[in-house]
Amino acid sequence: MSPRSSTQDPWWVKTLVLSLVAVFLGLILVLPLVSVFAEALRQGLGPALEAMSTPDAIASIKLTLLTAAVAVPFNIVFGVAAAWAVAKHEFWGKSLLISLIDVPFSVSPVVAGLIYVLIFGSHGWFGSWLIDHNIKIIFAVPGIMLATLFVTFPFVARELIPLMQEQGVDEEEAAASMGAGGWMTLWRVTTPNIRWGLLYGVLLCNARAMGEFGAVSVVSGHIRGLTNTMPLHVEILYNEYDFVGAFSVAALLCLLSILTLILKGLLEMLQPQVRRAGH
Amino acid sequence: MTISIRSVEKQFARYPALRGVSLEVQPGELLALLGPSGSGKTTLLRIIAGLEFPEAGQVAFDDQDVTFASAAVRKVGFVFQQYALFRHMTVAKNIAFGLDVRKAKDRPARAEINRRVEDLLGLVELGGLGGRYPAQLSGGQRQRVALARALAVSPQVLLLDEPFGALDATVRKSLRKELRRIHNATGVTTIFVTHDQEEALDLADRVAILNQGSIEQVGTPQEVYDQPASAFVCSFVGETNRFDGAVSGGRFVCGSVSLAVDCADGPKTAFVRPHDLVVAPEGFEAKIVRVTAQGPVIQIEAQTASDQRIEISLARQEAGSIAVGQTLRLAARKVHLFDPAD
Repeated sequence: MSPRSSTQDPWWVKTLVLSLVAVFLGLILVLPLVSVFAEALRQGLGPALEAMSTPDAIASIKLTLLTAAVAVPFNIVFGVAAAWAVAKHEFWGKSLLISLIDVPFSVSPVVAGLIYVLIFGSHGWFGSWLIDHNIKIIFAVPGIMLATLFVTFPFVARELIPLMQEQGVDEEEAAASMGAGGWMTLWRVTTPNIRWGLLYGVLLCNARAMGEFGAVSVVSGHIRGLTNTMPLHVEILYNEYDFVGAFSVAALLCLLSILTLILKGLLEMLQPQVRRAGH
Repeated sequence: MTISIRSVEKQFARYPALRGVSLEVQPGELLALLGPSGSGKTTLLRIIAGLEFPEAGQVAFDDQDVTFASAAVRKVGFVFQQYALFRHMTVAKNIAFGLDVRKAKDRPARAEINRRVEDLLGLVELGGLGGRYPAQLSGGQRQRVALARALAVSPQVLLLDEPFGALDATVRKSLRKELRRIHNATGVTTIFVTHDQEEALDLADRVAILNQGSIEQVGTPQEVYDQPASAFVCSFVGETNRFDGAVSGGRFVCGSVSLAVDCADGPKTAFVRPHDLVVAPEGFEAKIVRVTAQGPVIQIEAQTASDQRIEISLARQEAGSIAVGQTLRLAARKVHLFDPAD
């Protein structure tokens, strides 16, 4: 037997564990992804592209991108603010705030959607007031935005809180002792230290914003060309037995996610001197 | 600048960290705040810096009340225990930070800032390393950067929290000399916190000894060593043998140990430094358990007839031939007596 180090396992253990992982990943991740693209291209590239370029499909793509474009900046601002408050300060009601940030994780997205219907729907609390002032939230774009914001809220904050807690307040105190004010410290000391965690949170948030189904489904009303996001559009096409169409839009959704992953990789390569904190 | 601390009190939750501390720090002085962990020394330093605020009492810089002034306006340089260097900035950027963040009208010109950074890098002997990141430096180098960064804003006071705590023994010793040299070169009033009595006595002009949120004694290293004001100071600063006993008729007695003292009768706690014990024919008996020769001094561990372990340091010439198992007769050159309540 050849000598081996204490951390090296026998070859059969390695093979067994690795093949288990490979089989599992293959079944759960790779196979579905491949089948999405295979189904989309079943009748060739032409029909797939055609399905993506119908007016309804284009409207759904636009709405999805718009939703993500609203949700991500909102979450950057509020996620950083919430994480900063929780990790670097002591205040009354802090544990309540932490629990609140977790609510979207623990509540079913469908319930989240229903809450907004209850509040802003025509029979809801503010329903008559909104109708009087001719503002539409439920079964309209603002409702979709609200529902998406609700389900994506924890991603950035949850990603940053442990990171900022681990970094402590030493650097901020050092900045303060050298005469830097609050904004200066936030901008030049706190934010640069959390950029990788922030990027990761933004990616998760973006993926969820583009892919959210449940909450959006409840408040959307499924009006084609108006309030259908890509996931909702996929469902409609699928229910109408338009499999090529459904899988083509689904494949596009997958490509958007892969694109964000590539972007993340590129950004990380551009910053070689900074050790990745956290992940 | 004179720093006056007057009856400062601070609590954390319900635990008192400082109970009415008063202290005057003279301009240009190098003062050590010495105490065990939990004695409140770091809290006191942070209150002087404006990173923490007291519940009662006053902090004044040159008779100007700054008790509730923010750290930013106090113009203090603070060196943190873990250095707290900005990890995403180069060494030069770290040092320049305090000047860079000034408002445009107070900010020196770029060239002037660069020159100041170069000067400071030279002062802490890190010339040429301005382009490195903190992660690329050793612990001792990081400490020097932290020091240069704190000095960059030309502070009126330099505060250091356990400045050598995270370093190994050799680096610690050389940085100690370095700090002394920099202090002499800049003349800035300096206060540092330490739990290491040797460090405090070696480096400081004066030492303030804290215990459980109160100052026990302030004095020069020699004063606190030779004339300890309390039993705590006596046992915390330097090595001692402690005896709990009583004085009667000019002799302190604790078991088989009997020492000549000049003190009124009553229960007392006596402290004798190992080097204050001398061989004397009329002295009490102690049997040698262990002998270690360290250079010119011989360290002896011995046991008294009443089973108390004591330590003795003898000069080699004085000691003669000494071996384990032998019995010595000892007397004390100097005894520190305190009431047992201390």
